[in-house]
Amino acid sequence: MNFKVDFKNEKEKRAMKDVFGGVVAKLGEDPKFVYLDADLMSSIGTKKWADAHPNQAYNVGVSEANLAGMAAGLSAAGLKPLAHTFGPFASRRCYDQVFLSIAYSKNDVVMVGSDAGVTAAFNGGTHMPFEDMALYRAIPHATVVDVTDSAMLESVLPKLMDMKGLKYIRLGRKEVLGVYAAGSDFDIGKAALVKDGTDVAIIASGIMVAEALKAAATLEAEGVSALVLDMFTVKPIDADAVIAAAQKTGAIVTAENHNVIGGLGSAVADVLVKNTPVPMEMVGVQDEFGQVGPQDFLQKYYGLTADVIVEKVKAVLERKAVLQMKDKPDKNKDWAY
Amino acid sequence: MDPKLLNQIKQFATTIRIEQMKEFKVRGFGHVGGALSITDTFAVLYEAVMKYDPKNPQWEDRDKLVCSKGHAGPALYATLALKGFFPMDWLNTLNIPGTKLPSHCDRNQTPGIDMTTGSLGQGMSTALGLCLGDRIQGRDSYTFLVVGDGELNEGQIWEGAQFAGHQKLDHLIAFCDYNKKQLDGYTKDILDQIDIAAKFESFGWDAQEIDGQDAQAIYEAIQKAKATPGKPHMIVLNTVKGAGVKAVEEMSANHHIVVSAELADTAIADLEKLLAEQKG
Repeated sequence: MNFKVDFKNEKEKRAMKDVFGGVVAKLGEDPKFVYLDADLMSSIGTKKWADAHPNQAYNVGVSEANLAGMAAGLSAAGLKPLAHTFGPFASRRCYDQVFLSIAYSKNDVVMVGSDAGVTAAFNGGTHMPFEDMALYRAIPHATVVDVTDSAMLESVLPKLMDMKGLKYIRLGRKEVLGVYAAGSDFDIGKAALVKDGTDVAIIASGIMVAEALKAAATLEAEGVSALVLDMFTVKPIDADAVIAAAQKTGAIVTAENHNVIGGLGSAVADVLVKNTPVPMEMVGVQDEFGQVGPQDFLQKYYGLTADVIVEKVKAVLERKAVLQMKDKPDKNKDWAY
Repeated sequence: MDPKLLNQIKQFATTIRIEQMKEFKVRGFGHVGGALSITDTFAVLYEAVMKYDPKNPQWEDRDKLVCSKGHAGPALYATLALKGFFPMDWLNTLNIPGTKLPSHCDRNQTPGIDMTTGSLGQGMSTALGLCLGDRIQGRDSYTFLVVGDGELNEGQIWEGAQFAGHQKLDHLIAFCDYNKKQLDGYTKDILDQIDIAAKFESFGWDAQEIDGQDAQAIYEAIQKAKATPGKPHMIVLNTVKGAGVKAVEEMSANHHIVVSAELADTAIADLEKLLAEQKG
């Protein structure tokens, strides 16, 4: 892992779909690579490469069960398949095929779900996956990645292709706020310490890493030192990094573009309760369905913003303070806690 | 076809039936009806059609078989054991804890099983992946797919059927074990299939309908399919659920049954008599 944080609170120049298309073209240099899509090549920046490589790229049409099952069969035939469709269709729509034909059968496949969470924007609630990570986390031995920006996508996608078993990666298609310098390198399963701090740890993934950095800057100005951890590998979660952050700061806030049930917050909570329980708050979709609208509206509606992270940090710091007071009781006060 | 080969296949089919009845006897229950009905097809495939190497089950250039009606596993296990993929005594372990022979086919458990199946419909797509994968890599291998008639209820079958037709996957030879029954009763009462061959033809497949208990018809249908390029192939097998074991054939509900020692012993004795006749 060798990455450099280069956060300027600016959108990247390249859309994620174009970055994805570039990575697929590069992966295609391996003759064993096969790319499958369910009628969304034009949406994810791969159409041109696919048209030029008919022996490596197959459009299965709008049939996601067949997409996942064929990817499994191609793996069994000795090839390296990657299959893409929108997140809800890559998870809910073909869950049993992913579960049995790929994972249970020990085939090696990368499933890509685009339009992560609120980035589905104008496609609305039917197309807005707030549960894809929860579903994939529940599949034994699956690897689940919520990608942060273009530099990370370029680093982790080829690494996922080289791993055994089922791998799921979710991403937006448009330009995101860049967090890392080009050429940054990441290790699957290892959290990236984006910013050090001492008072609270914000553990984020995907588009929420940029929000966490904005929140950390606001908090810094108010005298709160926030550590920011990019937990892009939601499964297997980097438990050591979670425990270290909890022990160092004594307070955790998670932030995810996903339902708080079953996603990053749940995964972090699992680690904390088993190892080092500390006060924790979760920023994320609070058990709701998606809806149509521009991404900034949706982020505000579902509370996926730096402001909400700041609020939750303050809430968790109050709880931390109460705990500290209980540890060192003031004999002159009658604490109601 | 060569009468000697035909007799050889028939003897093999009888032997597979004997061995699978022994398998079911150990546990005393199982998916007997649909295993027996597809037995003649397995006998033809492994005796006279498929290229494989039992000593190297993962040989890349082998023909592959996806038994998408995964509950027919016991028939396939008997076939594979008799062909030397694993020791015959494994057949005494069907569904016993720690077994390598589970109710439904598992590619990670059993040598010679090319794909894990059991959730119906999924074998269609995995077979397409295997077949396409062989085509991409320039292998002259066939992928054989066995689906049940009840399994055709699954939408995934038709997703795959469209893709296979569009891609002209002519090295895919599929069989539908049309034994007219699914778990809850007759297919015509639950979800009428109407005309299976016509459906696949309309999806761009080459389709035939034959007597699925007739080894010669099965063998010749496969040869005909191989001689018809440019289309995937569907061979609709008119079969009898429980074929070859009279007591099972006569049961109205015979998808998953209790197999008493008496039922198994009678069936095995009858089949051994038949085998002696076939051997002349």
